[in-house]
Amino acid sequence: MLVHSRPARRAVHTLFFLLFVPVFALPLLVIVAASFASSWSGALPSGTTLAHYRDIAQGDALNALLTSVLTALTASVAALTAGTWAALAAEKLGRRTRRLLDALFLLPVAVPSVVVGLSLLVAFSRPPFLLNGTPQIVITAHTVLVTAFAYQSVTAALARLDPAYEQSAAGLGARPAYVLWRVKLPLLLPSLTAAAGLCFALSMGELSATMMLYPPDWTPLPVQIFAATDRGSLFAGAALAVALMATTLLVLLGVSRIRTKASYR
Amino acid sequence: MTAPAAAAPARAVAPSAKAPASGIRFDHVSVAYGKRGEHTVLDSFDLTVEPGEVMALLGPSGSGKTTALRAVAGFVRPASGRVLIGGRDVTGLPPYKRGIGMVVQQYALFPHMKVAENVAFGLKAQKTPRAEIPGRVAEALEMTGMAAYAGRHPRELSGGQQQRVAIARALAIRPGVLLLDEPLSALDAQLRSGMLAELARLHRELPEVSILYVTHDQIEALTLADRIAVLDKARLRDCGTPQQLYRRPRTEFTASFVGTANLLPVTVRRGGGGNGNGDGAGDGVDFAGRRLTVPVGDGVAEGATATLCVRPHLIGLGQSPQVDGNTLRGRITEVQWRGSTHRLYVAVDGHRVLADVRELRETPALGDEVTLHFAPEDAVLIPAGLAESPTGLAESPAVLAESPAGLAADGAPDA
Repeated sequence: MLVHSRPARRAVHTLFFLLFVPVFALPLLVIVAASFASSWSGALPSGTTLAHYRDIAQGDALNALLTSVLTALTASVAALTAGTWAALAAEKLGRRTRRLLDALFLLPVAVPSVVVGLSLLVAFSRPPFLLNGTPQIVITAHTVLVTAFAYQSVTAALARLDPAYEQSAAGLGARPAYVLWRVKLPLLLPSLTAAAGLCFALSMGELSATMMLYPPDWTPLPVQIFAATDRGSLFAGAALAVALMATTLLVLLGVSRIRTKASYR
Repeated sequence: MTAPAAAAPARAVAPSAKAPASGIRFDHVSVAYGKRGEHTVLDSFDLTVEPGEVMALLGPSGSGKTTALRAVAGFVRPASGRVLIGGRDVTGLPPYKRGIGMVVQQYALFPHMKVAENVAFGLKAQKTPRAEIPGRVAEALEMTGMAAYAGRHPRELSGGQQQRVAIARALAIRPGVLLLDEPLSALDAQLRSGMLAELARLHRELPEVSILYVTHDQIEALTLADRIAVLDKARLRDCGTPQQLYRRPRTEFTASFVGTANLLPVTVRRGGGGNGNGDGAGDGVDFAGRRLTVPVGDGVAEGATATLCVRPHLIGLGQSPQVDGNTLRGRITEVQWRGSTHRLYVAVDGHRVLADVRELRETPALGDEVTLHFAPEDAVLIPAGLAESPTGLAESPAVLAESPAGLAADGAPDA
């Protein structure tokens, strides 16, 4: 602790809540309140109703939620696979090649995601690479966007991994694939699950690249939220947003449970 | 060593090691780092570890001893030279094809596996028949006294217990060669001496396993090794049995690194005052204007400068009881009480001489004038050319002639 005296500590805590609550928590709470509200004339929404949830349950919101979850799951798995593979391969490269690879994987983060969406649209709208108008192009865009995070967290975890484990295993007669499967990946598991959670959450909330690419039969939930608020249906948008938040949180909770089981150190 | 090594390959690769026991041989192994290999960490290293022998690689940090061990394990690739295990050239083989057991300083037990799974790891990796594995694991754990801990995770064990598990894991695959990289350095002093005894017992139970033991601790090397290879600055400086290196060191470096030594600058006097017929009688050295009687080997010329090595515990206080004993007079500059002994620092004509004597009833005072004595046979003369030679052994074939069979350049076991 940087602060020792009790009053000072209390002051710091107060300051934290004064800053944190209005900026981080309150807007989310207002969204939750709005999703249950019947009217919103004052500063805060008022009245209680489940009508909005009933409405979205009847519409194609469930479909959109499923689309979002499927997209996020596929993109996370693909990103994790590609990111881990690349990080493992980068470990064996020379310093210069490695830096180049790092930069390459950082590119989708550095470039605005609208640009990523546009570039994919341009690149894959002609045969033989005709993905335009398919769910695959949305999933590809999400994968491209989140692989950077998977690559970076696995690279960081690999740098912390004591090479003595790998060497001991090799010394005991284990082939590289066996070492990877039985020693390295299990030891990396906590970082892998953390990366998976991050990828999933990012993909669930992705809007700008998706807007450029989504076909009518593959509408992720953020697009619906945007459409609902755009046409003025604030309550419906709020209910959809709560559904998105709840689903993402549930999946993250599940992933974090895997992590606690797998952290050995 | 340099010249005859050229003829070595043909003999070494010949099936000299039909037995399951396998020795290790370094054949002119050089390891270098850096873009153009400008940092040499092991320079033209030649050494043979006989099957079943315990060889300690002893040296200060940065001497290249760990690099030598890693070259056997396959974690560093020699820039030149060859590494042979059991007569087989393994220089180009990946670690997992070398059939070695290895224990590293920090044990590196796999934290996500229980003790039994750790020990079974090598067996599973090498596709040992499933039915055999539990028996082999139990056997290895029994041997290291860890059978009761099979179901625990490594994090639940103490340092000494983890060490035993690491040894059990290495032994379970029944390697011909066991590589130990400073295995005791992470343990406290008391545990260390206990583990030394354990390792000695293990080697008695597994007499066919060759052990390469890297350490910077001379006590570990003296206790455990059949032979010790002394390394310094990327080169092999000396090699011999612990007794040879301790009692008859061939270089100043060995003398001071293996045990404590008084190294006195002397001038050789051949047959001075004696009969001069070459039988060595009357040979001696001049030290600070005083004639000392010490054995002078052949090939040391009259008037040559040399270094006289006398171990502190072989120096006594007072007049010599022997007729031909040597005496030195000096002033005490420092006294250390070490329990069972007193260490006296004595200035003899400006040279510091250490003497470890049995605990004295009365501690001598600083500045006291004292007489020290040592027997001629307890002193070893180190010729200057060898002591100061930057390349050590490699340029001194005369010294190599005395070395044990294992150091012979052909490297083939005598059998």
